[in-house]
Amino acid sequence: MSHKLIDLVGITKSYNNNIILDDMNLYIRENEFLTLLGPSGCGKTTTLRLIGGFETPDKGTIIFDGSDITALPPNKRQLNTVFQKYALFPHMDISDNIAFGLKIKNKSQAYIQDKIKYALKLVNLDGYERRMPDSLSGGQQQRIAIARAIVNEPKVLLLDEPLGALDLKLRQDMQYELIRLKNELGITFIYVTHDQEEALTMSDTIVVMNQGYIQQIGSPEDIYNEPENAFVADFIGDSNIIDSIMVQDELVQILGAKFACVDKGFGTNKPVDVVIRPEDVKLVKPEFGTIEGEVRHLIFKGVHYEMEVHANGFDWLVHSTKMFPVGEKVGITISPSNIQIMHKPASQDEEAASIEE
Amino acid sequence: MMRKTLQRLYLSLIILFLYAPIATLMILSFNASKTRAKWGGFTFKWYLSLFDNRVILSALTNTLLIALLASLFATLIGTIACLAMRNMNRKGRAVLMGITNIPMLNAEIVTGISLMLLYISIGIRFGFLTVLLSHITFCIPFVILSVMPRLKQLNTSTYEAAMDLGASSSYAFFKVVLPEIMPGVLSGFFMSFTMSLDDFIITHFTKGPGFDTLSTKIYTEVRKGIKPEMYSLSTLIFITVLLLLFLSNRIDKKSTGKVSTEFTSQK
Amino acid sequence: MKNKKTLATPYLIWSAAFILIPLCMVFYYGFTDRDGNFTFQNIFAIQNPEHLKALWLSLLLSFISTLFCLLLAYPLAMILASFRVKNNSFIVMIFILPMWMNFLLRTLAWQSLLEKTGVINNLLTFFHLPNLAIINTPYAIILGMVYNFLPFMVLPIYNSLTKIDQNIIHAARDLGANGFRTFQKITLPLSIPGIISGITMVFVPALTTFVISNLLGGSKILLIGNVIEQEFTQTSNWHLGSGLSIVLMIFIIISMVFTAIFDKDGEGTVL
Repeated sequence: MSHKLIDLVGITKSYNNNIILDDMNLYIRENEFLTLLGPSGCGKTTTLRLIGGFETPDKGTIIFDGSDITALPPNKRQLNTVFQKYALFPHMDISDNIAFGLKIKNKSQAYIQDKIKYALKLVNLDGYERRMPDSLSGGQQQRIAIARAIVNEPKVLLLDEPLGALDLKLRQDMQYELIRLKNELGITFIYVTHDQEEALTMSDTIVVMNQGYIQQIGSPEDIYNEPENAFVADFIGDSNIIDSIMVQDELVQILGAKFACVDKGFGTNKPVDVVIRPEDVKLVKPEFGTIEGEVRHLIFKGVHYEMEVHANGFDWLVHSTKMFPVGEKVGITISPSNIQIMHKPASQDEEAASIEE
Repeated sequence: MMRKTLQRLYLSLIILFLYAPIATLMILSFNASKTRAKWGGFTFKWYLSLFDNRVILSALTNTLLIALLASLFATLIGTIACLAMRNMNRKGRAVLMGITNIPMLNAEIVTGISLMLLYISIGIRFGFLTVLLSHITFCIPFVILSVMPRLKQLNTSTYEAAMDLGASSSYAFFKVVLPEIMPGVLSGFFMSFTMSLDDFIITHFTKGPGFDTLSTKIYTEVRKGIKPEMYSLSTLIFITVLLLLFLSNRIDKKSTGKVSTEFTSQK
Repeated sequence: MKNKKTLATPYLIWSAAFILIPLCMVFYYGFTDRDGNFTFQNIFAIQNPEHLKALWLSLLLSFISTLFCLLLAYPLAMILASFRVKNNSFIVMIFILPMWMNFLLRTLAWQSLLEKTGVINNLLTFFHLPNLAIINTPYAIILGMVYNFLPFMVLPIYNSLTKIDQNIIHAARDLGANGFRTFQKITLPLSIPGIISGITMVFVPALTTFVISNLLGGSKILLIGNVIEQEFTQTSNWHLGSGLSIVLMIFIIISMVFTAIFDKDGEGTVL
C-alpha cells in the first residue's frame, strides 16, 4: 500500500499534570480515511490538534511527508481542518470565507473565482456566494467549512466531529457526501468522532482510543469482528463480554460449559475474556443447546427481535429474526468461529479503561 | 517567553499608571504636614481626628445613605423593567432600551442640568431628596444592562414548568426565575452602588447649598486645600473594599473546586 | 407575569419624569429667552469666539485622549483576553476598584505627582532626566482624561475580544494566515463593535468634562463643559447654558449614530 504520509512518534501530551496522550505511536497512509474513535476525554481531539498544529507535544515528533513538523505553526502546514462548530468567519460572506486561504497565497482573482465556483458545486451549494454564514443552516455551514478547507488543496483534511451538531437524517446524508468527496478529491481524511456507526460507515482504518492510549487499529471489519480487548468490544456495537477460561487450544469454558472455538495459543486453563456478538448467539430448543436458559425480556426492533436470555447466571443479549416469548426455555449454541477470545487486560490502566464507559 | 515577559511588563505599567494616584493618596494620609506639597513625617493623627470631624462624617453618611437607597430603588425598578421588557414586542423593547441608553450615552453634565431644570420648575427643595432621585435615575440603566443578558439566557420553560407543577405565578417567579437572574441583579446593585458613590457631576448640579456628599465636599475644598482627614477616610474606604473583594474571591475559589478538571472535560 | 402592562409602568413613569421631561426642559430653555420667547440666539451663541475656542479645545483634547485610550487599551485588552480567566475578578480588580477611591481625589493626586517638586519630577531628577512641566497645561488635562476614562475603553474591547470563538482564530491560522494576518483579517474586524463602543464611552465624557480641566488645567483653560457649568452655577443664565448643551448634544448624537451603525444588536458591550 501507499507510504506513510503522517507519522506520530512517541507523542506525549499533558495539561496541568493530566496526561492526555502517553507515548502514542501512529502513522497515517496517503489517501486513507482514518478515524480516531473513542469516548470523550480519550485524547482523539488532542491528537487531531497536534497534527493541525494547534498544540505542541511535550515529547515526541510528528513527521509529515518525510519532514519533521513538530514545531511548525498551523499556517505553515499543508493540511486543513474542518472544525467542530464550523468556525466560519462571521463577518465575511461565503465567497470571502472560501477565498480566505487562497488570498493569503496570493492567487489570481480569476483562479480564486474559479475555485469558489468549483468548491460550492462540490458541496452542492452553488449560488451561495453572497450569503452570510449566520443565514445558513447547520448542514450548509458545515459544507461551507469543508469547501473553505478543500479549495486550498491540502494533502490532508482534518475533521473534528464535523457532524456532531447535525440531526440524525442530515448526519447520514453527510456521511455519504463525505465518502463521495474523499473519493473525488483523492486526499487523506483524518476524522475524529465518538460515534461508532459513523466510524464503521466511512473509514478505511479505525483507531480506537481510550484514556490516552490506542486500544486497537484496524479496518472496520477487524474492529467489529475481532476486537482485541473488552473496551473495544464494548465500545463498538453491542456484545456479550464474559469471563471465561481457555481450557486448551480451540476449547473454551464459558459459564461452566465447554464451547469449541478456533483460537489457539492462549495456553491451558488461562482466564480470558470472550466476546460474542448478540447476532451470533443462536437460540434453539432447550435439548439442542450447549447451555440452557430462559427468555427474560423481548423487544421488537424492526429488523430483528432483541431478547435477554438468562442462562448459567449471565444475561445474554440476543438478536434474532425468530421470536421466543418471555418465559420460554431455550438452548444456546454458538458457532466456533463466532467466539472471539481476548487476553485479560494486562495493566491496571487498561483495567480501569475497560470499566469506564 | 519573551512575549509573555513583554505582556507582563505592559500590564504592570498600566497597573502602575492606574494605581499611582491611589498610592499617593494613601501616603498623603500619613503625612504629618497639612499641605500636600511637603512631607512632614509619618503620623496617624488624621485617622484619629477624622472621627471628630463632623462635616466629613456627615458627608460620608449622606454619601453612603444615598448610594444604598439609590442602588436599592434602582435595582428594584430596573429588574421589574427587565421582566416587563421580556414580555414586550420588539418595538416596545427597542423604545424602552433606547430610553435606557440616554443617561448612559448622554453627557453627565447634560443629565445633571436637565434634572436641575426639572427640580427648579416643579419647585422641589434641593437637598437629599433631589440627589437621591437623580442617583436612582442614572443607576437604573446599570441594573437593566446587567440583568437583561441574564434574563435572555433564562429558559422560559422552567417558569412554565413550575406553573405546570402547580406553582402560583409569584411563587414560580421567586423560586425559579429570581434565583436564575440573581447574579445579574447583584452585579447591577453593586455597579449602582459604586457609580453612586463615585458620582460628582450629577450631584453637583442637583444638591443645592447646605447639602454635601464626599465628592462635592472635596470639590469645594479644592481651592482652600483638601483636609488631610479626607485622605485618611478614602484610604479606609479603599482598604475595606479591597479586603471585601479579596475575601469574596477566596470564598469563590473554594466553592468552584479544582481548576485542572475543567481542561480535560473540554475534550 | 400576565399583567405585563403594569410591570412596565414604574419604569415608564420614572423614565418619562426623570429622563424625557428633563431633556425636553433643556430644549425649552435652549430655544427661549428670559421672557419665554422663541429664539435661536442661545444656540448661535456658540459662535462667540470664546465659546468657539472652548468647543474647539474640547474637541481637540477629547479626540487626542480617545486616541491615546484606544492605543493603550487595545493591547491591554488583548493581553487580558489571552488570560482566558473564568471569573473576571482580576479585571474587576484592576478597573472597578479604583472607583472606590473618590474620582476627584484620584485626579487631584496627579497634581502631587506632576507638580514641579512632585514625585515624578523628583524621580526624573534622580535619574538626571529633564523635568516635566505639564501641570496646568492641556497636556495634564489629556493625562487626566486618559487616566479617568481608560477603563471605559478597555472593558468593551475586552468583552468583544473574549466573545470571539477561538476556533475562528484557529481556522484562520489553519488556512495559512500568520499571526499578523489573522489579527488584521479576523481579530480586528470582529472587535470593531467593542472599539466603537469604547470610543463613544471615552469621547463623550472627555468632550463634556469640566472637572478634569478644573483640577489639572488650572483656572485659565476653559473647556466647553466649564463654560456650561459656569452659566448654570455662577451666571445663572440657564437659557444660554441650555443652548450650549444642545450644541454639545449634537456632537453626542453624532457619536451615538456612529455607534448604532456598528453595534446593531443594540445591547452595548459595556458590562
